[in-house]
Amino acid sequence: MGGSILGERVLRKEDPKFLTTGGKYVDDLLDEPLLKGALHVTYARSTVAHGKINSIDVSDAIGMPGVVAIYTAADLGLQPTPSSFNPAATRTLLASDKVRYVGEPIAAIISETREQGEDAAELVYADYDVLPAYTDMMQAMAPGATLLYDACGSNVVFDTTVLGLPENTGDDFFKDCEVVARGTFMNQRVAPCPLEVRGSAVAWVDGRLYQWISTQHAQGALAPVAATNGVDPSQVRILTPDVGGGFGAKIGAYPEEILLGVLSKKVNKPLRWRESRSESMVALGHGRAQLQQVVIGGTKDGKVTHYQLHAFQDSGAWVDMGTILAPFMTRPMSSGVYAIPNIECRTTSVVTNTTPTVAYRGAGRPEATAAIERAMDLFAYELGMDAAEVRRKNLIPKFMEPHTTVVGQTYDVGNYEESLNRALEAADYAGWRKKQATLRAAGGAKQIGIGVSVYVEITGGVGNGEQAKIEILDDGRALIYTGTSPHGQGHATSWAMLASEKTGIPIDRIDLVWGDTDLTPVGSGTMGSRSLQQGGNAVFSVAGTLVEKAKAVAARLLEANEADVVLDTDRAVFHVAGTPAVTKSWADLAVAEKQSGGLSHDEFIGVPSATFPFGAHVAVVEVDTETGKVTHIAHTACDDAGRVLNPMLLEGQIHGGVAQGAAQALLEEVCYDADGNPITSNLADYAFISAAELPSVTVVHMETPTPVNLIGAKGIGESGTIGSTPALQSAVVDAVSHLGVRNIEMPCTPQRVWAAIAAAQK
Amino acid sequence: MKVSMTVNGVARENDVEPRTLLVQYVREHLGLTGTNIGCDTSSCGACTIHVNGESVKSCTMLAVQADGANVTTIEGLAKGDTMHPMQESFMQNHGLQCGYCTPGMVMAAISLLDENPNPTEEDVRIGLEGNLCRCTGYHNIVKSVLAAAKK
Amino acid sequence: MMPAPFDYKRASSAAEAIALVGQHGDDAKFLAGGHSLLPLMKLRLAQPAVLVDIARISDLSYIREEGDHIAIGALTRHHDVEHSALLKQHVPLLAHAASHVGDPQVRHRGTIGGSIAHSDSASDLPATTLALGATYVAQGPNGTREIAATDFYKGFLESALAPDEMLTEIRVPKMNGAGWSFQKFNRRAQDWAIVGVAAWRRGNEAGVGLVNMGSVPILATSVAAAIGDGASIADAAALAAAQAEPQSDNNASSEYREHLAKVLVRRALEQSTK
Repeated sequence: MGGSILGERVLRKEDPKFLTTGGKYVDDLLDEPLLKGALHVTYARSTVAHGKINSIDVSDAIGMPGVVAIYTAADLGLQPTPSSFNPAATRTLLASDKVRYVGEPIAAIISETREQGEDAAELVYADYDVLPAYTDMMQAMAPGATLLYDACGSNVVFDTTVLGLPENTGDDFFKDCEVVARGTFMNQRVAPCPLEVRGSAVAWVDGRLYQWISTQHAQGALAPVAATNGVDPSQVRILTPDVGGGFGAKIGAYPEEILLGVLSKKVNKPLRWRESRSESMVALGHGRAQLQQVVIGGTKDGKVTHYQLHAFQDSGAWVDMGTILAPFMTRPMSSGVYAIPNIECRTTSVVTNTTPTVAYRGAGRPEATAAIERAMDLFAYELGMDAAEVRRKNLIPKFMEPHTTVVGQTYDVGNYEESLNRALEAADYAGWRKKQATLRAAGGAKQIGIGVSVYVEITGGVGNGEQAKIEILDDGRALIYTGTSPHGQGHATSWAMLASEKTGIPIDRIDLVWGDTDLTPVGSGTMGSRSLQQGGNAVFSVAGTLVEKAKAVAARLLEANEADVVLDTDRAVFHVAGTPAVTKSWADLAVAEKQSGGLSHDEFIGVPSATFPFGAHVAVVEVDTETGKVTHIAHTACDDAGRVLNPMLLEGQIHGGVAQGAAQALLEEVCYDADGNPITSNLADYAFISAAELPSVTVVHMETPTPVNLIGAKGIGESGTIGSTPALQSAVVDAVSHLGVRNIEMPCTPQRVWAAIAAAQK
Repeated sequence: MKVSMTVNGVARENDVEPRTLLVQYVREHLGLTGTNIGCDTSSCGACTIHVNGESVKSCTMLAVQADGANVTTIEGLAKGDTMHPMQESFMQNHGLQCGYCTPGMVMAAISLLDENPNPTEEDVRIGLEGNLCRCTGYHNIVKSVLAAAKK
Repeated sequence: MMPAPFDYKRASSAAEAIALVGQHGDDAKFLAGGHSLLPLMKLRLAQPAVLVDIARISDLSYIREEGDHIAIGALTRHHDVEHSALLKQHVPLLAHAASHVGDPQVRHRGTIGGSIAHSDSASDLPATTLALGATYVAQGPNGTREIAATDFYKGFLESALAPDEMLTEIRVPKMNGAGWSFQKFNRRAQDWAIVGVAAWRRGNEAGVGLVNMGSVPILATSVAAAIGDGASIADAAALAAAQAEPQSDNNASSEYREHLAKVLVRRALEQSTK
């Protein structure tokens, strides 16, 4: 009798392909027959951050070797399209009257080779009346500031007061607090940097548009692509090749992608487009960029009673998904894991002349966690309390029934103190504190800092379920059609595990189809850590239903009562109970059902709510107090995402999340100069974290199943990022808190650490 | 210009522009798309292949510079159905997620062990300083390389 | 990005390479490992019309003991400098510095001659060879000449080489058992130094070179002079920035660079002092 495969470290069936011939990403589709003879698209882009376009001169570019055509917004007759999030903000997909950020596309060049396109792009000259450029939200909000979108009437494009939520009150809010601490923190702008930049390819075939996109959500691209191309959605097929990472930045369709069908029609040829990394650094959406004004207050013995947050969300130069993260993700999670009885949270979203912000890994929740965790540290400093103890004192006690915080968010299940205890124990927190004390007494240059974070986050907030179809082929293999869209998460293995568990069909005989709007028309893609709890849940449910359907067929073939038929999952055969030698295989059933439409089941399985993974991280850093250099020497993560399907894959997600979180805390920042020119727009200047800057991660397992879905799983994809950043920032400050330092802004670069020490010593 | 080189054991000859990068040659002229382009500043290492047995960033070489060379790409590692021990180790240790950095990472790791057969964890982390990954956080990549070293 | 189009020529001798470059003047560049030049060309910050590939010139890649110095052929790759038994024995500071250049893939291709000729004050080997009192040998249409490292670096990415002159050899004096230290301070392991220090010391003799502390690699002569005068390490290190003009950029302010230089020079001297 075999055991369950769920919970096992099953190796990935995708890997042999990726390791031997490599994945087939959009730029690898060299043999795709529909793309035969494809030309290349290169976009010329704005070199000013804010300006009225007087003219775009392509006369030098058009005659360059290999150039077939060049189009501007005027050439294409592009009409302004409104933002989904604030319809007063409108733009054309190629800039027409204005440019609003360096990197905004202004013309499309079609050429025979990609290099020829790059050669020609250099010779497209735009004449601008330069306008004041704002890279700082406060400047953009100042009275008299030039508006990015006149029709919005302001550079504030969203505020929670518009939802009827109150403004924050002033200091009166804290009048009953014995202890009050405050701070302003910049949760800085970062670049998602998937290793594969954006790319897409298109071909018109008999009036139908085929478009391959490196995307996290093919179904979401269908409508905008169809609309811009002036065709019914049924005349568009979006396909997803292998995707080299997304991290939230490849959700939705970008102008460069949406326009390809239009351009292809103009030149009557298939087209390929792939941006360069330098382009990607300014034109792929950015993450975070939230300024936080925080006040925290409570009693002298360490109980937090009041917390006030005003988050200013930098929208960038468009009103994209980044705009609404603060009100709809940060604010609901502002209480974190703490039982704070009085919370005020206002968010204000502001457009600036920078790259538009998007839902980068964590999407508003790392920001919420970072704010409350920094606030807890400030509170702890005021009281001289240990970081772990102040948190413990304020945690929401263990709950297995829904718990609603004072900001109105209902969490499913939580056991925060247990996760904190496990993390502290596994990290040998006490041991590190002893080491720290010894080093402080010795007074040497190298000091140690320990940071603790306890977090809760919301996953599966996107979509309210998922579609799954499972079809049995004539040879007994199974084909799963999913509405998720894996780009590294291992769904081909995970969904096969779930289907195998129910059907007994071996994992290597189960394949996955995704990201093709003809074959998987319904789906919410992969984002917001939704895939297992919604997509996997659907596969599991559909597999179970398929087994029941199959039993009916088997009963017919075995000439028995359906109630007497059993599925032996070890052998993947059906038989009458008590007569195991007479069997019908899945293949037998599929063939039998061929005439009546085959053996399959297709269903949308809903889920009632989002889920709330939680955990605790302990980060240890060594700080060289003479130079400010920070070395991340140890990291422990206890992340509870409910029931674990494949621990190996779960750990991989945590490792990856911790790296990105550490990168934000210690290294990465997107920077602009005063005129809005990006100055970290390649991977040499942008401090994308490498293996040399990271330790190995101690992962502590914890599973508190959620009742929200069949599997009991929450999402793990973003937890690592959410828990690690505040733990690391806290650790850096902790390393030099004995020198009087109370805060260091992220990224905690050596210069910032050195400057903080110097300032504290004055 | 004509370039000839041996790629994965096969003699190849093509006509290229001088400015054709080796990575472009491998991908577009030879159709070996396993090797990937991840940046434009020689920072990410996704394009790493072996030229004359040593790891190089093929985006920072012209195809014409590799004229006459012995080149190995990711496609040239496995022998039929048998993966190279490094490929096998990456699979056993979940050293890849989206796979985009993987060919370059594997090629760099093989070269690392060629030159330092018994590395410490720190040796591996510093040895892979030129190979960026966004998905794995490097933990399992390091584990894969150390495990391969023990074999 | 792709480089702009160019013509490519292969030279089989130094004389041929020099003649080819001379023919095309400002439009031509020498190409060795290409790991300084090609990255610039890919960003189109350099657009030479002609590249003269010198990498196949035989006998420009060597490391030889020649009396009181080690002679290194200009085409010797960083990897070979790093692993040279001869250099580890006689000029360990240089072998070690080479191990810090770029990353392993870069070191398999980049050459010491290419790095020196590129004259980037943020590169490791110019400052290291400067500190070691190296002499560079250049060949031009009118013959060869020796250029002391102290006379070589003229300005930002500007060396004493004429456009049609090629480095052929780097001569580095033997260190004769001197203590040494290489301090490379950066954000990430693969980055250029924010500030770097290459130092050696034997008794009251010392040589200190600074990386990324000005538009040229800096020889910290005040530090060496102080050591020569018997100053303490702390006092000598305080003079670290005396010859420097540290820039401010996104990685560090000039003030922070100056502070780093003092700390790193102090640590380098401590490590160099036996």
